[in-house]
Amino acid sequence: MSALLEVEDLTVTFSTKNGPLDVVDGLSFTLEQGASLGIVGESGSGKSMTSLAVMGLLPPTASLRGRVALDGTDLTALPESKVRRLRGDRMAMIFQDPLSSLNPYYTVGMQIEEAYRAHRTGVTRRQARKVAIEAMERVHIADAARRVDHYPHQFSGGMRQRVMIAMALSTEPDLLIADEPTTALDVTVQAQILDLLQEVRRETGTALILISHDLAVVSEIAEDVVVMRHGVSVEQAPAERLFSDPRHPYTRALLDAVPRIDDEIGELRLVDRSIDAVGGKP
Amino acid sequence: MVRFLATRLAGMVGVLFLVVLFTYAIFFALSPDPAVQICGKNCTPELIDQIRTNLGLDRPFYEQFLGFLSGLFVGSTYGTGANAIDCAAPCLGYSFQTGQPVLEMFEQRFGVSATLAVGAAVLWLLMGVTGGLVAAIKRGTWFDRAATGAALGGVSIPNYVLALVLQYVLVVKLGWLPFPQAVPFGDDPGQWFLNFVMPWLVLAFTYASMYQRLTRANVVDTLDENFVRTARAKGLAPGLVWRRHALRPALTPVVTLFGMDFAGLLGGAIIIETVFGLNGVGKMAADSITKNDQPVIMGVTLVAAFLVIVGNVIVDIVYTTIDPRVRIGARA
Repeated sequence: MSALLEVEDLTVTFSTKNGPLDVVDGLSFTLEQGASLGIVGESGSGKSMTSLAVMGLLPPTASLRGRVALDGTDLTALPESKVRRLRGDRMAMIFQDPLSSLNPYYTVGMQIEEAYRAHRTGVTRRQARKVAIEAMERVHIADAARRVDHYPHQFSGGMRQRVMIAMALSTEPDLLIADEPTTALDVTVQAQILDLLQEVRRETGTALILISHDLAVVSEIAEDVVVMRHGVSVEQAPAERLFSDPRHPYTRALLDAVPRIDDEIGELRLVDRSIDAVGGKP
Repeated sequence: MVRFLATRLAGMVGVLFLVVLFTYAIFFALSPDPAVQICGKNCTPELIDQIRTNLGLDRPFYEQFLGFLSGLFVGSTYGTGANAIDCAAPCLGYSFQTGQPVLEMFEQRFGVSATLAVGAAVLWLLMGVTGGLVAAIKRGTWFDRAATGAALGGVSIPNYVLALVLQYVLVVKLGWLPFPQAVPFGDDPGQWFLNFVMPWLVLAFTYASMYQRLTRANVVDTLDENFVRTARAKGLAPGLVWRRHALRPALTPVVTLFGMDFAGLLGGAIIIETVFGLNGVGKMAADSITKNDQPVIMGVTLVAAFLVIVGNVIVDIVYTTIDPRVRIGARA
């Protein structure tokens, strides 16, 4: 049996004034059913572009090479209409900023129902509404039956991200991609959302790709980790090994850059730019 | 909702009061003595005094202003004794030039301005919004460039220039349209319609250009919104992403603009009506300004301001049904 997701030699190229620019360059990884993978890197390392490439949501100015296979089917070879049917159904995605990711003009219930109805034919509004309420309950939104008719701006940041997760889960996807799901949230809420993602994985068996610049976030959830830099994977390893025994200097530098509670005040370690000579593209 | 409306209406009354006050003050301070004007050639000082007394011009500013205000609500009486004329509320006074009640002048001319505004609005919404949408969908294609170019032209060319050129070409050179002349609808609907074709087109073209640019820019911006990406990530059909998630946010600002533009036009399109000889409120305004017919200028200003403010309140109310954030915000 093949893995849930196989990414092979993925390259995403933007054409710029100064010629083509590879924002993701030859990336490969696999993800088994129900497994979790963390993709870590600085801004501009290509981690978000990787997730958009998997979802088939790259901007029209980008071109893609390589293979992205879901259950053995190469998505890059499918026509957009077929990929669209998988998107939101077999694979779902949540984004960094939950406020701007929800449409302010519609109730959260309607937006969850819409995700569900897009992939289930012959579903009545009443049935979809029930699914929406259940999905909201599953992500622990209290009083879901009433809150379902509220608008995004009536929710707090953390609650909005819960709504996004509820929306993604409404179709019971096999793969959930979370692109910086906690970056826009404050620290206490971050922990709650991470706990929720863990719980969702346990209960639904969905596989998870967690994208973050924050090693601490990734270390809590991911079983395997890909460290990206300038579009290239510099190190891939099981999380435990990666954190205990980072082999690439960039990974070590990233780990060292995480502020610790016993740091001197005002002291922040930066990633040494001389690592450019060792791996990745400058 | 009730509270929202009450606030808006209170604001509306306040703004109208200020408009009346400023307009009145400007004309009180700046205009030459209307009594002299009315008196005409065979004038005597006694006659001027008489007119001043009749019109209340001998009284101090605040008394005149209060008189004008109360005239709006309870009507007023000009002159005394046998010469007294009653002006029923809402009294906007009498034209210095013709002696006709200003309100009556309005009633006679409003239909023309309204016809002009409605016809042009239909055209410009069709051309502007559709053009903007198609240009946004077909971003970067020849249609986009052509539409954007035409819109730039429409915004840049003053509409009186366009009006005169169009009149010259269509009427004088090609003879496709008859020379415009005032015909009531009942007499000859065909001629009536043809009279309005050019004014509609010229007015619509200018507005359509603005609406095209606004619509295109809004749609392009909205398509970059994160929630549109979310809609796509859900696997919604492209048509649904468009209709449900892109169009509504993109067209909301168009509603605002339209409310104000349309209301403004009901108060008269001064240039277009003058160029095409349409006897509407705009032409009345232009004539009254050249003849320094103070009560008519006051009347036009007041009614135009009233229409714009009412238009704004209607836009606000419509907004509460379009944008849930406004709706809830007002209640909180």
